[in-house]
Amino acid sequence: MNNRYARQSLFLGQNTQQRIQQAKVLIIGVGALGSASSEMLARAGIGHLTIVDRDYVEWSNLQRQQLYVETDVHHKLPKAIAAKQRLEQINSEIIVEGIVKDVHGLNIETLMQGHMIVVDATDNFETSLIINDAANKKGIPYIFGACVGSYGLTLPIVPGETPCLHCLLHHLPMDTMTCDTVGVISPIVQVTAAYQVTSVMKWLSGIPLEPIVQSVDLWKEEQAKIHVSKLKNPHCLTCGEQPIYPFLQLNQQMKVGVLCGRDAVQLRPGQSYKYSLEQIAENISKQVKHLIVNPYLLSCQFETYRIVFFEDGRAIIHGVSDPMLARVVYNQFIQIGGSGQRVQV
Amino acid sequence: MSITVNGRKQLELFQNVQQLLKHYGLENRIVVVEVNQEIVMKENYEMTSLSKGDVVEIVHFVGGG
Ligand SMILES: [Zn+2]
Repeated sequence: MNNRYARQSLFLGQNTQQRIQQAKVLIIGVGALGSASSEMLARAGIGHLTIVDRDYVEWSNLQRQQLYVETDVHHKLPKAIAAKQRLEQINSEIIVEGIVKDVHGLNIETLMQGHMIVVDATDNFETSLIINDAANKKGIPYIFGACVGSYGLTLPIVPGETPCLHCLLHHLPMDTMTCDTVGVISPIVQVTAAYQVTSVMKWLSGIPLEPIVQSVDLWKEEQAKIHVSKLKNPHCLTCGEQPIYPFLQLNQQMKVGVLCGRDAVQLRPGQSYKYSLEQIAENISKQVKHLIVNPYLLSCQFETYRIVFFEDGRAIIHGVSDPMLARVVYNQFIQIGGSGQRVQV
Repeated sequence: MSITVNGRKQLELFQNVQQLLKHYGLENRIVVVEVNQEIVMKENYEMTSLSKGDVVEIVHFVGGG
């Protein structure tokens, strides 16, 4: 036994420290917020941390995504894998599970299974609403957090007690909102994640979480704190009397989404597959440049596009912002790569 | 002295919550607004007038992380 948690136990008490070490926490998204909160939670000794992310490490991440280093960019490591490696270096006494996946309405409930609390560190509202639906359906508390620029906000959601994220929306956010190509500075990431992690620690200490939406703008030196229990909507489709969890309904069609501010489009097949990346690499090697294959993804230059193709058939195509064109490129790529190289899962 | 918004003095005068939101460019955003510790529902933004000494808190939702 070492005394790595001594200072924390002095503050939280031995009982809470034990609960922390037995806790299973899910962090969805391990970009800026997820890097910050998973590092804090790993150092705190959370027994089992599950981190899910759909993306891989790029140069533009290093300015604020604290778990990643330059070699992760060179190897094009998926964030969930690079984060797992780093977190295990930080604390080898805990279990870290890294899952490379795009969270959607059909896989979220399975991902959440068995976790005591969920930290929302995604970069888009659409996924937050899916997490909100699943958390309420399964009765798992969930800590919303988001930040852009020098501004961030958090809100703890406790199913059956507090309003949910859906209650707080008087209209659905437009695409333009999540696709703001504004910048962000790292201090606000730390502050927002700090609020989220504090909520997790309080919950594990047995302290009830209050429905307070808290916001900070570090640059403008402004802050707000609003108690929102009044906004709980009895007719809410997610947490009301007759919930239908609208964001968990997802059709089986190929889903195509423009990635914010990156001149890129993500395509995700409605059916989940498992492709042989080596086989595809062999088939396409003559027609592409800068081919990189690791156990999780394949990256290459195909015509004027940079394609990152994941084992499950999902792809991110750079150099295109038109969803239709992205579909065409995807289909061409699959044809050359050989769609025979896949099995349904 | 006028009103306080998110902890800062706001010297300009605004007739109502709707105008204040417009000033901050938040009229089409998802927001929660509180005036003197009371949440103002969206349908009441226009008819909720603001006067000297009011303490307003505004939180707007963003996607990003
Ligand atoms: Zn609700």
